Amino acid sequence: MSRDVVILGAGMHPWGKWGRNFVEYGVHAARAALKDAGVSWQDIQFVAGGATMRNGYPGYVAGATFSQALGWQGNEIMTCYAACATGSQALAAARAKIQAGQCEVALVVGADTTPKGFLAPQKGERPDDPDWVRFRLGITNPTYFSLYAQRRKDVYGATDEDFAAIKVKNAEHGFSNEFARYQKKFTIEEVLASPMVASPLRLFEICATSDGGAAVVVASKEYADRLGSQRQVKIGGISTVSPKFASADVEMPDIATDSAAASNAYSFRASIAQKAYEEAGVGPEDVSLAEVYDLSSAMELDWYEYIGLCAQGDAEKLLRDGDTRIGGRVPVNASGGLACFGEAVPAQALAQVCELTMQLRGEAGDRQVSDAKVGVTGNQGLFGHGSSVVLLR
Amino acid sequence: MFSIVIEAFQYSSDFLSTFGGCMSSTEASSGANPALPVIEGWFTMDEADTHLIGSRCKRCGTYFFPGNVTFCRNPCCESDEFDAVPLSREGTIWSYTDAQYKPPEPYVAADPFEPYAIAAVELAKERMIILGQLAKGITVDDVTTGMQVELQLQTLFTKDGQDYVSWVWQPKI
Repeated sequence: MSRDVVILGAGMHPWGKWGRNFVEYGVHAARAALKDAGVSWQDIQFVAGGATMRNGYPGYVAGATFSQALGWQGNEIMTCYAACATGSQALAAARAKIQAGQCEVALVVGADTTPKGFLAPQKGERPDDPDWVRFRLGITNPTYFSLYAQRRKDVYGATDEDFAAIKVKNAEHGFSNEFARYQKKFTIEEVLASPMVASPLRLFEICATSDGGAAVVVASKEYADRLGSQRQVKIGGISTVSPKFASADVEMPDIATDSAAASNAYSFRASIAQKAYEEAGVGPEDVSLAEVYDLSSAMELDWYEYIGLCAQGDAEKLLRDGDTRIGGRVPVNASGGLACFGEAVPAQALAQVCELTMQLRGEAGDRQVSDAKVGVTGNQGLFGHGSSVVLLR
Repeated sequence: MFSIVIEAFQYSSDFLSTFGGCMSSTEASSGANPALPVIEGWFTMDEADTHLIGSRCKRCGTYFFPGNVTFCRNPCCESDEFDAVPLSREGTIWSYTDAQYKPPEPYVAADPFEPYAIAAVELAKERMIILGQLAKGITVDDVTTGMQVELQLQTLFTKDGQDYVSWVWQPKI
């Protein structure tokens, strides 16, 4: 039985399009998390940094970059990159270090500065890189989001109004979130009047790219108890599993799925949360609230099913019944989700953890989910990366 | 309790692929500058009988597209021997969308930009889904999930007087 690891503190830099150096956002979030935890920077023994690919060498070695910016003090460092799962992988590394008894208290940080418009591949002629090839063929990120949205319409009877209702719900949730980039309410009509980007998804239903930063301080339960912390949130489980062959998901940046000619077909996204639930000893029926990756409004519906909140094909009913709004049975994206944040890749999975931490402590203010005891995150990105974190009060 | 959802590929037809002598490249257009493939080696340039070129593992029979694999990715198979094979040139639409805004580079867009539609197409024999643009003039209103489509060649863009062609999916009448 490995020892319990808890979140002692959470901190964020507001999401936006600030155009400043990512290090600034990361350090701001780190200092906020340290203050929230009541831990001195000089007591941190290990820093796990989420890398950013768009900010040169300092981004590739983010763990060291943040440590230097906070002031070299001899802590151990590591950096990881796992696309949208980056923050969870960094968190998993810190948790493992603590579980192994190699340190007692660690800092996990992710931050990004993003360019405007579509996310684009690196420059140059690179036909061996599937990410280059798909852009050459005219297949962008919204293509993948919309293929799933259209499939929901054709197979499960989702409507354009359902997709718009997700945006409206998340905009209401994030309206009073001081860390959200967009704090603006929308009506269904306004969403449906926004320009079509990739049928059936419209501009207000596709997440933007943002600048932002998030950090958590994690520690052994013993360390937290010695500190006298009354606001601990337990990390129940973390999943960073890979897909299983043959993966049937139409997945960025691939042009084709695996062939299931000689294998069973699996859905990767539906498998991600399972390991986190098993580690935590809970199931979807225990979940009080969830933070999931609404890269598009329609994708949030897929996530209801991937994390087991309902059976496949029942997500529209869950939405229409109001179950996933604050005040409903199992609120989803109480933070406002990517709809209100936009995506800051290495920070986003940590931002989900920060929101759950605030919620499970009962410190989420206007958007507080009542009696929140079990929270789950779900996210997924390029090249077989996905993660899920279960937090327990 | 929670269980992994296995979304089985749908078999929509008893389609038999045509394995004609399609591995040799021919030119897709005549003239001073014969058309070039947008990506070398991914598809045949035979307009009358276009195929995507995949690889098939000699031991386990798994298909790969694109076919540039060195080791079999089936975790139950240690093979490193493959045959280059033409993939089924007909399939079933799994889903579809379009692009109403100009993609970033390396996409080479016409000026003014012309929106285009895209389909994800299931190949029954290979049990895989392959993406591609729908043929010019086809919009999302012209297709549905489950519709039969076949492969065609089409000029994707012209750069410095040189035509570059790609595969596209064309609904079967």
